[in-house]
Amino acid sequence: MELIKPNTKFDFIGKIRYALILSWVLIIIGVISMIAKGGPRYGIDFKGGTLLQIKFAKQVTAGDLRGALKDMGVENGSVQGVGAESDHEFLVNFETEQADLEEFSQKVSENFAKKFGKDSFDIRRAEIVGPKVGKDLREKALLAVGLSCIGMLIYIWFRFEFRFGLGAIVALIHDVLITMGILSLTDTPIDLSVVAALLTIVGYSVNDTIVVCDRIRENMPKMTKQKLTDIINISVNQTLSRTILTGGSAIMALIALYVFGGVVIHDFAFTMLIGTLIGTYSSIYVACPVVIFWGNLFVTGKQRRR
Amino acid sequence: MLKNMKWRAILYAVINLVAVVYLLPTFVKMPTWWEDYLPSEKISLGLDLQGGMHLILGVETEKAVENTVERYGTDLEEMFFNERIPFDHVKKIAKDRLEVQIVDPAARDKAGKLLEDKFSVMKKVKVEETKDGIIYILELDKREAEQIKKSATEQALETIRNRIDQFGVAEPTIQQQGDDRILIQLPGIKDPKRALDLIGKTALLEFKILDEEGNLDDALKGNVPLDDQVLYQREVNRETGEVKKVPFLLKKKTLLTGDRLVNAQVRIESQFNEPYVSLEFDARGAAMFEKITEKYVNKRLAIVLDNNVYSAPVIKEKISGGNAQISGRFTPEEARDLAIVLRAGSLPAPVTILEKRTVGPSLGQDSIDKGLLAMIIGSIATFLFMLVYYRLSGLVANFALVLNILLLLAVLAGFRGTLTLPGLAGIVLTIGMAVDANVLINERIKEEMRSGKTLKASIDAGYTRAFLTIMDSNLTTIIAAIFLFQFGTGPVKGFALTLTIGLLANIFTAVAITRLIFDYFVVERRIKTLSI
Repeated sequence: MELIKPNTKFDFIGKIRYALILSWVLIIIGVISMIAKGGPRYGIDFKGGTLLQIKFAKQVTAGDLRGALKDMGVENGSVQGVGAESDHEFLVNFETEQADLEEFSQKVSENFAKKFGKDSFDIRRAEIVGPKVGKDLREKALLAVGLSCIGMLIYIWFRFEFRFGLGAIVALIHDVLITMGILSLTDTPIDLSVVAALLTIVGYSVNDTIVVCDRIRENMPKMTKQKLTDIINISVNQTLSRTILTGGSAIMALIALYVFGGVVIHDFAFTMLIGTLIGTYSSIYVACPVVIFWGNLFVTGKQRRR
Repeated sequence: MLKNMKWRAILYAVINLVAVVYLLPTFVKMPTWWEDYLPSEKISLGLDLQGGMHLILGVETEKAVENTVERYGTDLEEMFFNERIPFDHVKKIAKDRLEVQIVDPAARDKAGKLLEDKFSVMKKVKVEETKDGIIYILELDKREAEQIKKSATEQALETIRNRIDQFGVAEPTIQQQGDDRILIQLPGIKDPKRALDLIGKTALLEFKILDEEGNLDDALKGNVPLDDQVLYQREVNRETGEVKKVPFLLKKKTLLTGDRLVNAQVRIESQFNEPYVSLEFDARGAAMFEKITEKYVNKRLAIVLDNNVYSAPVIKEKISGGNAQISGRFTPEEARDLAIVLRAGSLPAPVTILEKRTVGPSLGQDSIDKGLLAMIIGSIATFLFMLVYYRLSGLVANFALVLNILLLLAVLAGFRGTLTLPGLAGIVLTIGMAVDANVLINERIKEEMRSGKTLKASIDAGYTRAFLTIMDSNLTTIIAAIFLFQFGTGPVKGFALTLTIGLLANIFTAVAITRLIFDYFVVERRIKTLSI
């Protein structure tokens, strides 16, 4: 079976201008959303706070829970329904400056017991992260992300030319930025599992870029008569069926994870799904233009393929 | 070539067989002869999958230093008293500082020598002569303070381990983290609140005498007599859950502490069928207890745990033999837990909860069900996709995919790894990367075939070309995963672990094993066309 006919020649590079506009629009919307919402929205892992996952045996709405929290004087609590509506299951999230988070969450559950009946709910998950640990986790996650990016850059630099490494890094910054923007737009809190997803996106984006760059590198000595932009266009077309197949099957598996995976990995799957889509697009439309741009800018006439 | 292929086939078969041997105990209960000779390690489920409690406690090590300095102060007072050195006061003026005032300048030499000989860890930072006597400012040696902090954490860890062992939790994890943190994981725990009470209790048991001459009402208004303190007894009404606090005016001085206990047991009082905790002191403790009960006969002795009064019975007569009891309307669980903490000893410093994550078993089961369902659906979709698109070659790729998962799980079992929900996600990503590797190879073979090469040449070229790309892409991801594992925490670690193992296995299954299968068909069966 063949999805993409051999010798397909989409003019990818000719449409760079539109891609550039699209990328910038996505980035700017995301950044505006992040600024408007006062920075990325951290989950309790990175900010400290309390998260309760509560399943009620009877009809309770998110509004009821919000009211109950407000009665207790919790101003910045958030309540979010999860799963099907008939599950009556909620994530209750509150940040608190309270020194004793344990005692506080105890008080919340006592209050719920009074309001909704003692045996009408089951606290299925309770997470309490103190502010000190939150700060630690944030720093550790940043360190892990930074170091793994540097590690990958060094590897690509070592295996390819610098401009490919640069292209890969610009592409992955592009992917992470847009994904973060969409997370901000959809109010998805960034916690440890979302960071893991972001890092996977980084890996995927680099992986995708490598496949295209590998082909460009392979084609360059064979096609000395062609312009660099043409070589890139041919290479992208040659790897197109792979790009679509791999991207397609990854996205298929992720949709399964997103739809059936349950509450706990919901955000993880969502982040991965968006990142994979953007990552596939960016290896064509971000990494390649950077390579071309760098070539036009710094590589002298002799070296440049004409 | 043929011989070479045979050896490759044997090698690969052995590798996969070993993997099966490692993986079997995880899924099947093995007979004893197996456990004697063959690996019996299992993959265990993470807290997020089987339910349980994850805790990070911070040990307030500063408090341990403070306690030590306070104790030195009391010792010093006693020693001055015994040596008949007239002093005005010994008081703590900072966490690690004492101020001592000697009244009689004539006792200066004697006091100085005493401080030097017996309290060398307290450094004299200032000596001042005033008309009221000599004032010493003593400071705890910095190195000693560090030592106290270090051993406080170690001791707390040991005590908590003891308590958890006696409480009875299967396969707990108790580790020190950093300088003053303790990581505790209790899988499958049913009653997290009770476990938390047991672990987090300082359990400092003190015996103090009631000040029956002092005026309690006055003290409650704020006029607490010098050397006295007000502590409360909590009385919980079992029907209504109401808490009543009864105040007591006590002499501050601690007469005896739980350090001198050798045993604590739950007993049932016969009259009202209520449980109580019986205590047994060591020889020195028994002697001290006898002396106390003799001296304070007909007075009330308060039994104080963590600054809560449990009971304050009247001493009817001198008690020798070193036995005492704590009663206080306990439930059987409360009595049992109290006996455990008393046996395991007190924490050298209070602990605070820095992080606590509990997952109920119902959610854990839910996560397993949903995670597995998602994985199975995702895998089936991927398998079908490969089959439809690549036909027989797709079957080869799927076979490699199954072996990949097998190897991944076997390695996880061999290292007694833990499977978490993010770990499952790592497996899903591994499947994705494995598909990618096969797609890269197959697309390349197709391309080479289109350029007119023979099947064998196409396969050769396809593998050679695709291999570099696969190596590059897998290695970059592994690099990222290794950093994640090294510096990440909790869920990130589980994800990085399965991903790394999965990708390493992937290089083997997607490249080496599929190649062997293709080679077999092309060389041995001499097929000329490939269903790809």
